[in-house]
Amino acid sequence: MRLKLFSIMCFLFLSLLTARPFIVQAEGVKAISGAGATFPYPVYAKWAAAYYKLTGIKMNYQSIGSGGGIKQIKAGTVDFGASDAPLKPSDLNNAGLMQFPMIMGGVVPVVNLRGIKPGQIRLSNELMADIYLGKVKKWNDKRIADENPGLGLPARNIIVVHRADGSGTTWIFTNYLSKVSKAWKEKVGCAKAVAWPAGIGGKGNEGVASYVRRLPGSIGYVEYAYALQNKLTYIKLKNRAGSFVAPESKTFQAAAANADWEHSEGFYVVLTDQPGKDSWPITGASFILMHKVQKKPGTARAVLKFFDWCYRNGKKMAEELGYVPMPGKVITLVEEAWKSQIKDSSGQPVWP
Amino acid sequence: MNSTQKAKGAHPVKAGWIGQIADAVFTNLTRICAILVLLIILAMMVSLFIGAWPAFKKFGLSFLVSSEWNPVTEDFGAFVAIYGTLVTSVIAMLIGVPVSFGIAIFITELCPVWLKRPVSTAIELLAAIPSIIYGMWGLFVFAPFFADHIEPWISDNLGQIPLIGELFSGPPLGIGLLTAGIILGIMVIPFMASVFRDLFEVVPPVLKESAYGIGATTWEVIKKIVLPYTKIGVVGGTMLGLGRALGETMAVTFVIGNADRLETSLLMPGNTISSSLANQFTEAVGEMYTSSLIALGLILFFITFVVLSIAKFFLVRLTMREGTRT
Repeated sequence: MRLKLFSIMCFLFLSLLTARPFIVQAEGVKAISGAGATFPYPVYAKWAAAYYKLTGIKMNYQSIGSGGGIKQIKAGTVDFGASDAPLKPSDLNNAGLMQFPMIMGGVVPVVNLRGIKPGQIRLSNELMADIYLGKVKKWNDKRIADENPGLGLPARNIIVVHRADGSGTTWIFTNYLSKVSKAWKEKVGCAKAVAWPAGIGGKGNEGVASYVRRLPGSIGYVEYAYALQNKLTYIKLKNRAGSFVAPESKTFQAAAANADWEHSEGFYVVLTDQPGKDSWPITGASFILMHKVQKKPGTARAVLKFFDWCYRNGKKMAEELGYVPMPGKVITLVEEAWKSQIKDSSGQPVWP
Repeated sequence: MNSTQKAKGAHPVKAGWIGQIADAVFTNLTRICAILVLLIILAMMVSLFIGAWPAFKKFGLSFLVSSEWNPVTEDFGAFVAIYGTLVTSVIAMLIGVPVSFGIAIFITELCPVWLKRPVSTAIELLAAIPSIIYGMWGLFVFAPFFADHIEPWISDNLGQIPLIGELFSGPPLGIGLLTAGIILGIMVIPFMASVFRDLFEVVPPVLKESAYGIGATTWEVIKKIVLPYTKIGVVGGTMLGLGRALGETMAVTFVIGNADRLETSLLMPGNTISSSLANQFTEAVGEMYTSSLIALGLILFFITFVVLSIAKFFLVRLTMREGTRT
């Protein structure tokens, strides 16, 4: 009797095991997976939740960081990768990948100074670089005072806070510093992790945000949504055109408007230090990476459908979180690139 | 009926050879399990070594002494991380050992019987708290308190002493090597205290009673009887605590400041091997970067391996001695 029961259970279990794929195949793609950048994670998660409600297709996104995303898409363990730093066209070709921009946003320097309200303190680009180089050590330094006449600045030490982990946010920030300061470019450079000349490191945007909130006299940089949510004191930056701008959707959009997506091979566009009097100097786009040749065209189509839906219906959700959605012109360009670049193994385009 | 009788008659014989086979299978199964552990350790060492090889080949022995850690120029050295790991662990031991000692002596020698159980249980519960909780507590509660009330005093007073003053100067951040060391110390206390307590309990009551009988005070009993008897075990237990402090990751990452620079002051931020790995591994791009991180892992593997081997060695000697004495 017991043996019988056991064999029935075995049979049931086996049939369950073998039957599952059939169910999935019959109903089409049920889940798509991606991995990478942490910077756009809040908005991807929001889009995925809304899309799941609508279609029943689940998008699993692991926000493990841009480097991890690139590694995983190269290894083919996910359907798409995400990176905050664009890959160079040559790297894309070597790996058989294509990339397209999904969302834009700003990186915001934040400070903790008692009595100073958001947007009250103003810094020039050179000062930002010199603070992060450890050259300007006190808040009442003459150069800071010159930019902020009438603002009572304390004699406190400046505590520099940076990211401890490798990060696309750091890439955008150091890219900006390398553009505005020759000394930074020569001494430190631009990468997802650099040898910081000064300061302490926090893990993730939330790590930097909590250090800045904790330490009086500190300055750090976080992704805009974190500055917004944590009500941190952001600063105004003097941009390339010489005017002081506050970090907000309007100034991110102004910087993004300069981007020449049309003539950039592989959508390789960096949005830091853009011209224009309203441009926020530390703006960046976040990218999606996909294989040019798709072994499972069905899954690839599902992924592209999801992104298409996000482009068209996700704008409001993105703006609510402080991101800048891609303009319509760019979306057309991107979808043309899908058509011409993403093929199945027989050479047929996967999209539309 | 007939068939059952048959089966009953056949049963012992059947059980005999089936049992023998089952026994053999079972023995080999357990043997495989045991060998598997050894194989996994070996495989880990080999793969770490292979992964670390490019870094060792490029930097050679200078990898161990170079304090450079620059992902942009791909120039890596392990000294800052090794220094941070050792310094925080030493601070942890300086705090952890005496306190655990006090706890263990109180529980085994001085504690009223009704309090013994609750105190022991509380300590064991402390040991079960996940390390990330210690890290969050350290960052949100301890570090602010430390920065506002203790560190200014330290840099004003200890910072002025010649020679060691350098170790205690700098702005009060609340985050740095000293804070990490103290948090680690708090973390290893419950662990070491319960090892020490178990050790002190193996001291034969006859010895202690004889000492009390000839008029020894509690302190004399502890100093002359308990300590000499458990000396080697205490060293072993300390080493086990040290092993835990060396490898601790999350709690340290929260409070150490994660800066890959060499600072003389303990109040300044630093880095440990494990927190470097936790922070940087996911985003490490390029062969040399990844390889250098794996090399750091190999160094940590080696350090903890040596420490735990020493611990095991002392503990084994203790049990051997126990056998001969009692």
